[in-house]
Amino acid sequence: MDIELPESIRAHLPVLVVLLPLFGGLLAMFTGLVQRGGGVIAWAWSVLITGLMLVCSAAMLQLVHASPEPLVYRLGSWPEAYGIGYSVDALNAYVILVVSIIAFLTTVYAKDSVMAEVANDRHHLFYSVWLLAIAGLIGITVTGDTFNIYVLLEISSLTVYTLVALGGDRDRRALVAALKYLILGSIGATFILLGIGYLLMLTGTLNMGDMHDQLVRMREAGTLANNRTVFVSFAFLMVGLSLKMALFPLHLWLPNAYTYAPSAVSALVAATATKVGVYMTFRFVFTIYGGVYDTSADLQLLALCACLGIVVSSVAAVRQMNVKKVLAYSSVGQIAYIVLGFSLANHTGVTASVIHIFNHAIIKGGMFMAVGAVALRTGGTKIEDFKGIGRQMPVTMAAFTVGGCGLIGVPLTSGFISKWYLVQAAMEEGYWGVAAVVLLGGVLAIVYVWRLIEIIWFGTPDDPNKRVKEAPLSMLVPMWILIGASVYFGIDATWTADSARAAASLLLNGGHG
Amino acid sequence: MIALNAIEWLPTFELQLSPILAIAVPLIGAFLIAAAGRWPNLRESVTIITAVALLWVVGNLNNFLEATPSKAEALVDVVPGMSLAFHLEPLGMIYAMIASSLWILNSIYSIGYMRGNKEKHQTRFYVCFALSIASVMGIAFSANMFTLFVFYEALSLVTFPLVTHKGTPEALKAGRTYLGILMGTSVCLMLPAMVATYVYTGTLDFTQGGVFAQPLADGALSPALFGLIFAMYMYGVGKAALMPSHRWLPAAMVAPTPVSALLHAVAVVKAGVFSICKISIYIIGVDQLRLYDQGGWLLYVAGGTIVIASFIALFQDNLKRRLAYSTISQLSYITLGAALLWPISMRAAAIHIAAHAFGKITLFFAAGSIYTAAHKTNISELDGIGRKMPWTMAAFTIGTLSMIGLPPTGGFISKWYLMQGAWTAESGFAIAVLLTSTLLNAAYFLPIVYRAFFRKPPEHDGHEGDHHHDHHDHHDHGEAPLPIVIALTCTAAATVGLFFYPDLFTGYASMLAEAMPK
Repeated sequence: MDIELPESIRAHLPVLVVLLPLFGGLLAMFTGLVQRGGGVIAWAWSVLITGLMLVCSAAMLQLVHASPEPLVYRLGSWPEAYGIGYSVDALNAYVILVVSIIAFLTTVYAKDSVMAEVANDRHHLFYSVWLLAIAGLIGITVTGDTFNIYVLLEISSLTVYTLVALGGDRDRRALVAALKYLILGSIGATFILLGIGYLLMLTGTLNMGDMHDQLVRMREAGTLANNRTVFVSFAFLMVGLSLKMALFPLHLWLPNAYTYAPSAVSALVAATATKVGVYMTFRFVFTIYGGVYDTSADLQLLALCACLGIVVSSVAAVRQMNVKKVLAYSSVGQIAYIVLGFSLANHTGVTASVIHIFNHAIIKGGMFMAVGAVALRTGGTKIEDFKGIGRQMPVTMAAFTVGGCGLIGVPLTSGFISKWYLVQAAMEEGYWGVAAVVLLGGVLAIVYVWRLIEIIWFGTPDDPNKRVKEAPLSMLVPMWILIGASVYFGIDATWTADSARAAASLLLNGGHG
Repeated sequence: MIALNAIEWLPTFELQLSPILAIAVPLIGAFLIAAAGRWPNLRESVTIITAVALLWVVGNLNNFLEATPSKAEALVDVVPGMSLAFHLEPLGMIYAMIASSLWILNSIYSIGYMRGNKEKHQTRFYVCFALSIASVMGIAFSANMFTLFVFYEALSLVTFPLVTHKGTPEALKAGRTYLGILMGTSVCLMLPAMVATYVYTGTLDFTQGGVFAQPLADGALSPALFGLIFAMYMYGVGKAALMPSHRWLPAAMVAPTPVSALLHAVAVVKAGVFSICKISIYIIGVDQLRLYDQGGWLLYVAGGTIVIASFIALFQDNLKRRLAYSTISQLSYITLGAALLWPISMRAAAIHIAAHAFGKITLFFAAGSIYTAAHKTNISELDGIGRKMPWTMAAFTIGTLSMIGLPPTGGFISKWYLMQGAWTAESGFAIAVLLTSTLLNAAYFLPIVYRAFFRKPPEHDGHEGDHHHDHHDHHDHGEAPLPIVIALTCTAAATVGLFFYPDLFTGYASMLAEAMPK
């Protein structure tokens, strides 16, 4: 699948992946002029934009794999020390591709779902905000400039708050959920900004690579030891990032936001937003502080939070009465797996994290899509709405079931590959307790997934005369692409494993973007 | 690069038979059965033809068998160091032979049982059955721990719809216990044991003599940790029903009897003890266990399981439950054989896999036959039933003799070798266990035979029929439908045949024992 692009485009790929959704999003608003509320035109426009973005990010990954050095793009040709530099290496090219795939597929999926869940006169606004959110997420991942990260983080956060709040057309609780997310998210962003500010104070630069070089120089000059500023900046960053990643116990915004958001938004945000948070953490922990600042104690704290998170959120997932909430709590647990992986700070662990970013994105994205399809047909996502639904929507629910097997980590699904690397990483360090927690999480996943599967396939509907149709093709196809991918990459994980290993080597060798 | 070339790893079949074919045949069969779902006669023909084809494939694979494992054939590399790969070796051959030959008889039996009892969802039943057999073949021919694990889990998952076939709350509850214990133990114990194996040895391949010799010799792995890994493997294989992880097996008895007969008396539980033997021989290495003095506890756990399960069986009135506890106890004979750590006892274990299979499937067939014809499930209701169902109860008696270990049945052969093994290992404990359990087996099986043949049938006074008034009067029942009688007669004959012609299975077992380091 080689993508041939003209040289004039190839040189600008790093900026194109951001500009496409950014301007696409602004222009999407004008579809409201053609048709009231934008309607199908707004959707088609978004599909076009995200499709182009997907092609660009796939081409960019090829470019990165072909060149030994990271791709560097200077906005306005300013030197990196003054202007904004984008830089793409094996890690972020991979994350960008993941985000683009999910963005494209969820956009295709969104058509009927948004039609049903968002008021008809604001579809152009919805898709506008939708594309801007994607622009923010991609931007965070592509940039090599820390202040730019903050700006794009705000773009993505504000737009995601809006998207969640749009669920209010269906369920007013979405507004409260969005407000809660806004407050906690803003606190997180502020902490990150403070952390970046202290780093700027210390190093006099905003470029990640330069920051790292300055810190190395300071360490060699002996001025880094016992430097309070480094310490404080790291602390601020970690708390802010943990909030953004929804790492236990800073995850409180997540369950309600995922639950009450429109279905398409849940799928997009669950699969990408927290992953980008994890990506930021990688950059700060490994690219900027890596090798200059002893992060082991902090990473141990993260590992502890992650272990607690896995157990607590999985137990919470077992007790939920709303299927979206089950998935949301499961997400908190899965994020904790990702954090646990890199906090072990060995090669296998980071590999496990990077692999699971991809694997969890496709599994959870596909599952939220399946739930959205049920919401479209039955009008709800409560446990009662799922009773015996397997017989009426077999294709959708088969996807949900296979996705559930992925969450459990059944072999030959991609979830197993993640789990394998994670347990291996823990054992290489001799942390048998950590391995036990990971496995316990797997068992709890069996409990909460199996509970749903039983209801779906063996339950009897409350109203036996109620007939619902199978989901439309525009939902089934993207859903099955994601779920199919989770099986494909469980059987042949060479590509994901190689990409993740390359990214892990890059991070641990202090490589930077 | 994003190479989404799905074609690359699809298997290419060559004329030379490969173990992969043994998995492909029932898998293809499952699709065809699903496609033929609307025409029951065609559907059942597909099942039988698939079963015969499978036996042909496995029988032909036999020609390529050697004492040491053949070169592994990889189907797909999942990640480097982890592949789906298959090979041939004697132990797997025993298991595959039993499962594929009994599948034919069990299919004939199923036709009689499922139609006789007017069960619903018959297509799902036959599809899941074929998938189970495909998983069994995968386990039997797996060339590494990962492949075994994959098919082991697959077997748990595809048998779940069979266990919960009735769909009642009771069946669902049993299904939860079933899946919870089987998947719980494998995920929590077998998986980390595999990862630990990989971390310390760098391989998961089944290797003659085990893979741990090197790290143990150079001190990278302490004997205590080695013992722990061994224990995790043994309890990770929940399907072997070592106490206290045995509770799934009586729970699974809620399934239709053909499922209990082939899967829960033969395929699934044998997957457990097969895995225990295979892991002990090819991953752990029994000589390593002896050398570093690890794993001695297994003998006592297996012995304890044998005796305790037999005691529990004594007090079960439900026939299938009594058989289930008997299975638990018989499985531990095999584990006991493996735990004695001598080639001769390993040989006994391998033979007992076969001997128990034929005997126990006969017993279950008989139980299902009684249920179909008379709708009776409790032993206390069986007075005089031997007069009405002479074929069924004669077969049952033969199965009973095999369980106790009396001639002229296969059970005698394996018990003989087990005793030899116990004497060779000079284990007084094992000898005592074998003797005690023989007495207990007789104590819980012979009364059933006595009741069936020598007690008078109960008086017909009407109120007896109240339990099952949805069925018309079963008091005037005769034998069960013909397919059932054919199937159970065949397995009973095989049980006796095993006594007179044990060469096939003892041959495999001797190959296995000879290849093992002394």
